[in-house]
Amino acid sequence: MTGSTRERYDAVVIGGGHNGLVNAAYLARAGRKVVVLERRHVVGGAAVTEEVVPGFRFSVFSYVVSLLRPEIIRDLELPRHGLEILPLESTITPMFNGDYLGTWADHDQTRQELVRHSRRDAEAYDTYGRLMHHMAMAVKPILAMVPPDPTSLAPSDLRGMLKFGRTFRSLSRTHFHALYKLMTMSSGDFLDEWFETDVLKATKSASGIIGTFMGPRTPGSAYVLLHHYMGEIDGAFRAWGFAKGGTGAISTAIANAARAAGAEIRLNAPVSRITTSNGRVTGVVLENGDQLQANVVVTSLDPKRSFLALMSEDELPDEFVQDIRRYRIRGSSGKVNLALHELPDFTCLPGVGAHHRGAVSISPSMRYVETAFDDAKYGDFSRKPYMDIVFPSVIDPQMAPPGKHVMSVFVQYAPSNIRGGWDAAKREAFGDAVIDAIEVFAPNIRGAIMHRQVLTPQDIEDITGLTEGNIFQGELALHQLFFLRPAPGWAKFRTPVRGLYQCGSATHPGGGIMGAGGRLAAIEIRRDGVR
Amino acid sequence: MLRTTPLHDRTAPLNQGRNWRRWAGFTVASSYELSHDREYFAIRNSAALLDVSPLFKYHIAGRDAARLLDRVVTRDVGRTQVGQVLYTPWCDARGKVIDDGTVARLAEHSFRLTSAEPNLRWLGDNARRLDVRIEDVSDRTAALALQGPSARVILERAVERDLAAVQYFRLTTGQVRGRDVTITRTGYTGDLGYEIWMDATDAIAVWDALIEAGTPYGIVPCGILALDMARIEAGLLLLDVDYVSSNQALIDAQMSTPLELSLDWTVAFDKPQFNGRLPIRAERERGPEWRFVGVEVDWVSLEDVFTSLGLAPRLPTQAWRTSVPLYDANGIEQIGYATSGCWSPLLKKYLTLAHVEARYSSPDTPLQIEVTVEHRRRRAQAAVRRLPFFNPERKRA
Ligand SMILES: Cc1cc2nc3c(=O)[nH]c(=O)nc-3n(C[C@H](O)[C@H](O)[C@H](O)COP(=O)(O)OP(=O)(O)OC[C@H]3O[C@@H](n4cnc5c(N)ncnc54)[C@H](O)[C@@H]3O)c2cc1C
Repeated sequence: MTGSTRERYDAVVIGGGHNGLVNAAYLARAGRKVVVLERRHVVGGAAVTEEVVPGFRFSVFSYVVSLLRPEIIRDLELPRHGLEILPLESTITPMFNGDYLGTWADHDQTRQELVRHSRRDAEAYDTYGRLMHHMAMAVKPILAMVPPDPTSLAPSDLRGMLKFGRTFRSLSRTHFHALYKLMTMSSGDFLDEWFETDVLKATKSASGIIGTFMGPRTPGSAYVLLHHYMGEIDGAFRAWGFAKGGTGAISTAIANAARAAGAEIRLNAPVSRITTSNGRVTGVVLENGDQLQANVVVTSLDPKRSFLALMSEDELPDEFVQDIRRYRIRGSSGKVNLALHELPDFTCLPGVGAHHRGAVSISPSMRYVETAFDDAKYGDFSRKPYMDIVFPSVIDPQMAPPGKHVMSVFVQYAPSNIRGGWDAAKREAFGDAVIDAIEVFAPNIRGAIMHRQVLTPQDIEDITGLTEGNIFQGELALHQLFFLRPAPGWAKFRTPVRGLYQCGSATHPGGGIMGAGGRLAAIEIRRDGVR
Repeated sequence: MLRTTPLHDRTAPLNQGRNWRRWAGFTVASSYELSHDREYFAIRNSAALLDVSPLFKYHIAGRDAARLLDRVVTRDVGRTQVGQVLYTPWCDARGKVIDDGTVARLAEHSFRLTSAEPNLRWLGDNARRLDVRIEDVSDRTAALALQGPSARVILERAVERDLAAVQYFRLTTGQVRGRDVTITRTGYTGDLGYEIWMDATDAIAVWDALIEAGTPYGIVPCGILALDMARIEAGLLLLDVDYVSSNQALIDAQMSTPLELSLDWTVAFDKPQFNGRLPIRAERERGPEWRFVGVEVDWVSLEDVFTSLGLAPRLPTQAWRTSVPLYDANGIEQIGYATSGCWSPLLKKYLTLAHVEARYSSPDTPLQIEVTVEHRRRRAQAAVRRLPFFNPERKRA
């Protein structure tokens, strides 16, 4: 029966991650006949919730939402389709001396807490916050913008560059300098200019290394600080927090919106090839041999997978293939999900408390984080890793049976190209290192565990298809952002093949559960008018 | 000192910011935590426990109890079954609303009426020549509201029995730790929820039992700020905020009829007699001049106002309770006013409850609303919406 079906669509979207779904929803709303083809039995990609142990629901990969574009929430009416974002209020960092550093939802509370560590930093904190707010305001329009090509003289590109330029010109001198520093410095050096409390710098800079293969002292890491701050300027809209039902609920809500708009979503439908003819896309072939025809094919996969695995080189210009080969992916993160019969009891804040409703950052000192990176530089997982921990069941009790809990541990570093490659033994050793490192601060952890799911970058790649398990489908390094993402000249969601578009996290404005790529690509497709 | 409720010994130590407000002469918590955020989300996501003891409560009993109530309120009390609860307004002789509340039929000849303001005298005046006893039980009855998707499972554990049979706006009785309680499936949040009525001396024990049963389900003690947002989402109006009692109004224009408050569904026109029947009927014939509607502020237009000043949009973090002018779509004529509003973190919409001239009341009618940004009055686009804004299936399921 293989190869027997030939169906026609206006557009085929490869990959049912959140970006693919957003793209399909927008195209369907514009009246296109769209199908989403998802390899797995669930939608969501890196934003999925799965019941790994009965009664315990894990946000398997991504675990918080901060960047999901408000315009997408509104346009697709996601709350009506089931999206509910619950507040994640605080961050505490346990320290080796038994103390901790906390930042809380309440401004006075945070200030009092910072004063315990440094009066100077407590004051600098507000000023820093305001600066980042201004930076984020300056960069925000870019998130909703199709990147112009600076080498092009086309009117739309010139207009785009002008808008881009205006954004920066509108910045005051100090703000411009700060932005320049953010773009070039290491997060550690940038933070040194602001704060003196080591644990504060460690915790802030840790947020700047998430998803990258950089340490807090690697130049360029400061930009990621800003990328993560971006969500906060939508503060009023309150899109920051924890999705009820886990991050999979975001994908489900988008899928519901897409279906409501008329899109079809096929699960267990891996695509094996993108078909072209004379430089034009013609459709896709599924692994089961089914062929779907379409004048528009949108891939939400990372570029290595899209162009190097699903197409043959002779269908693409050499230079483009070289650029894609050079595109830096490098996975650096792992994930450990735990089912618990009791919450970890932190030595620094004994008992169950408000801190369990927020994040726990295992970043006790700059040195700790930098050392964690050193292990990875030399091809090992961090023996004492940086971790970002949340307890989804405390925020949404329905994530676990009554009185029981789930714990999400995002871990860095776990290099994808670990020496000798990942295997089962290394996975267990990695999992053990994570538990050991938590145990230092919460001695009851080992006994509290009912089940543990350890995900190495290899596992992330195997399950989600993210090359090397890189959480952003390619590093958020300056040389691969904006008009360079994913390749110079091909940042506008188009590709050298007519009718073939990209919309995943590898496109501008980058990774995270943001949906911007999916939406902007749909806008560009409509602009091109191909049907 | 203002009075405190029977639950004060439990609620006071929880109040982190000493954040109290007045309600009917009592102090109740605005929010227990420094921000009311989590309390709000508990209503929609797990369960919130609220002290609603300041409500006025009257026990009305006797052979003519139903007759008395039928004279007073606009809904048909005679036809309700034992175990049923009604939401209803009541009016003066001119059909102007005095107050609104619930009537619970506890037994054939026994009712509990709740209200926002004292009504003993009004009830007494209407009881002439009737065989009825009216007792103000406000002080000796405490009340708790348990609201949210996990309310049922928590309450079932506390009363140790299944509550699936208790339908929306029905009641049952039970025991919590040996204390008698009446449970009504009612509330002011538009969500799945119950109100628990008990002797004031039992209130603490019941509170403790509910907190204990609810902890594994994420129960959160909740103050009035969170409730205020939930009730706006639910489109439920509030005396003294969204309308003025005809007892308090100084001029006619301050008064409202049930039809002007869009409470048409609560008026039993086929009842032989009740206060205000004739004028309300006449009003139905000619059509009310005003309607009470939902108005949603358009986000993009609001954002534009802020962006034009170089600001990120700012939204109220609490519900507001002021009067805000509404204009026609061209911004020329004032055609109404909003009386409550909040940003709904759940729906991601800026919601208001408003009075508009009847011809502007159909859903999706475009309007403009006044917004004050940086000390200046500006306008944002808005549109009429059907109430309630939020109406989950679980509320009735
Ligand atoms: C461990 C981890 C933690 C993270 N934490 C966060 C976080 O807390 N907050 C945040 O905002 N972001 C986080 N991220 C990043 C974020 O999850 C991703 O950037 C985002 O989900 C990517 O979405 P996407 O739609 O672009 O791609 P993907 O989610 O990768 O979607 C691609 C889809 O394509 C499917 N697919 C692959 N190959 C084929 C094929 N041949 N045929 C058909 N379908 C195919 C895949 O199964 C997948 O569903 C995290 C990522 C990881 C891995």
